Amino acid sequence: MNIATPTFEWLQLAPVLTVLLVACLGVVVEAVAPRAYRFVLQVSLVVLGLLAALGFLAVNYVNESVGILAEGAVALDRPTYLIWGALLVFGLLSILLFAERKLDNGVSAFAASAASIPGSVSETDSSAARHEHTEVFPLALFSLSGMMVFASATDLITAFVALEVMSLPLYLLSGMARRRRLLSQEAALKYFLLGSMSSAFFLFGMALVYGYAGSFDYKAIDAAVFTPTYGHGLLLTGAALMAVGLLFKIGAVPFHNWVPDVYVGAPTPVTGFMAITTKLAAVGATARFFFVALGADRWSWQPLLAAVALVTMIVGVVLALTQTDIKRLLAYSSVSHAGFILVAVVGATVATTSNYTSSVASIIFYLLAYGFATVAAFAVVTMVRDAAGEANDITSWAGLGQKNPVIAAAFAIVMLSFAGIPLTGGFIGKWEVFTAAWQGGYSWLVVAGVIASLIAAYVYLKVIVSMFFAAPAEGVSVGKAGLVTLVPVGVGAIASIYLGIFPGPVMDVVTAASIFLR
Amino acid sequence: MSPDYYLILATILFTLGTVGVMVRRNALVAFMSIELMLNAANLAMVAFSLARGGLDGQVATFFVMVVAAAEVVIGLSIIIVIYRTRRSTSMDAASLLKL
Repeated sequence: MNIATPTFEWLQLAPVLTVLLVACLGVVVEAVAPRAYRFVLQVSLVVLGLLAALGFLAVNYVNESVGILAEGAVALDRPTYLIWGALLVFGLLSILLFAERKLDNGVSAFAASAASIPGSVSETDSSAARHEHTEVFPLALFSLSGMMVFASATDLITAFVALEVMSLPLYLLSGMARRRRLLSQEAALKYFLLGSMSSAFFLFGMALVYGYAGSFDYKAIDAAVFTPTYGHGLLLTGAALMAVGLLFKIGAVPFHNWVPDVYVGAPTPVTGFMAITTKLAAVGATARFFFVALGADRWSWQPLLAAVALVTMIVGVVLALTQTDIKRLLAYSSVSHAGFILVAVVGATVATTSNYTSSVASIIFYLLAYGFATVAAFAVVTMVRDAAGEANDITSWAGLGQKNPVIAAAFAIVMLSFAGIPLTGGFIGKWEVFTAAWQGGYSWLVVAGVIASLIAAYVYLKVIVSMFFAAPAEGVSVGKAGLVTLVPVGVGAIASIYLGIFPGPVMDVVTAASIFLR
Repeated sequence: MSPDYYLILATILFTLGTVGVMVRRNALVAFMSIELMLNAANLAMVAFSLARGGLDGQVATFFVMVVAAAEVVIGLSIIIVIYRTRRSTSMDAASLLKL
């Protein structure tokens, strides 16, 4: 029997491979390096590794190397470049937050020993010995590599494995908070059970789609839509079950129940990490699956996703109105943003330049604007503290503007960007998303979206007003954070303004990336 | 070969798994139900693989098994930590995070 050697494009895949390699090195560091050096080693590995990955990505981008790589498993195209780049940048900024030790008297936000029972002697001992889990850095990198593959997979098996590689480390990370550990463990359990159930739905849907098309390849599925051998019902059922898995990861209603609980329970740096990176990866994968594999069948799925987008926007903003906890508020805000992104996914139209369904450009721009704002928002959440740790109650954020005007201003900027106020990135993002949906013939969805953004604006403005015009809350202060927290805050706030005032250069790059390769 | 009967069995198993996750309050049993759902998908893929020719579906099941094994490691570690803390794996006891 003759078995051909599979081709593997090492250089083109170097960004993903670097992240994976650095994660493995991180595991080695855990095994061999003395405890005292691990933290420094891990942090420098993460920073250097992610910068190296960005470097490889830049080299490939300049060489304009595109193609379907690794025997048809991964597509390296313009949208992939942007999504990978965004994942690496947002990943770097939010993993930096993991390394913050100044805010909590020289210890990180993670439990000294996650395996010890809360309140037990062993917990007190490991805290007193200043142990810490430096494993969080390799875990985050493993997750990041899974996300990169997930967003670029052109093959259902690759997509499923990447989905699990991205999710499994996150389940662990969300259970490792130093404070409020019961809450954190409970969040991990909920996230794990619901997350693996959604993966099982994805898998069963995948099996049905495979039965319909006879192949896991997106291109073959696309071809099978034109020349069906089995009933259309098999494809529709399969696609619907897969959509459950994907929409769960995006955090869309009615699969959003885990979002507020996990966002609140997980350590705040982890919340920031997953708020932006999982959403980026899941939206990328969803768009690729629906546009590439089911682009020809869009009349079947567009109405369904339109309904999901509508409910997600409305439920997200309405529930955000009633929240008293800042992390819960940001969680529901992230649900509503998932709705706005889905509006663009729904608005996919057959582009004039080619025959393919796409609205990728607007989706990516929205994700960029949302990402920068999210990174900064969660960084600020880690900084506002009282004696018991983070002060997450919104009433304790009152008068923050008098205590630390700079940080409060940065937070106000990203809140305005979330709200979509002009001169911020969020406004241009919403504009793009609504334009895409309008052109796609979903004007009613745009009207609903505008109404939802108006309600959302009230939510965010309420926080800003309380920060600047209310009497300062007792016992709450803005912690003196190190550069690892201040850099994400600064970058996020400045980028939110920049994207709002000079969207041109970014828009040009994003618009060039409007079609998925197939 | 018609995959119909296999598909029906797979659907029944998958439904049982879904109902199990939703109804049973013990985290371990819920987790076992999730494994049942994964195996239902495996059965469907193998059946389709036979029906459509080609080995893709059968190869995929190996990937799924490996993923399921990894999931067990993560899942059991989380459940054990919860059990140590609360002396119970009931999901009703885990109710600190409610609206």
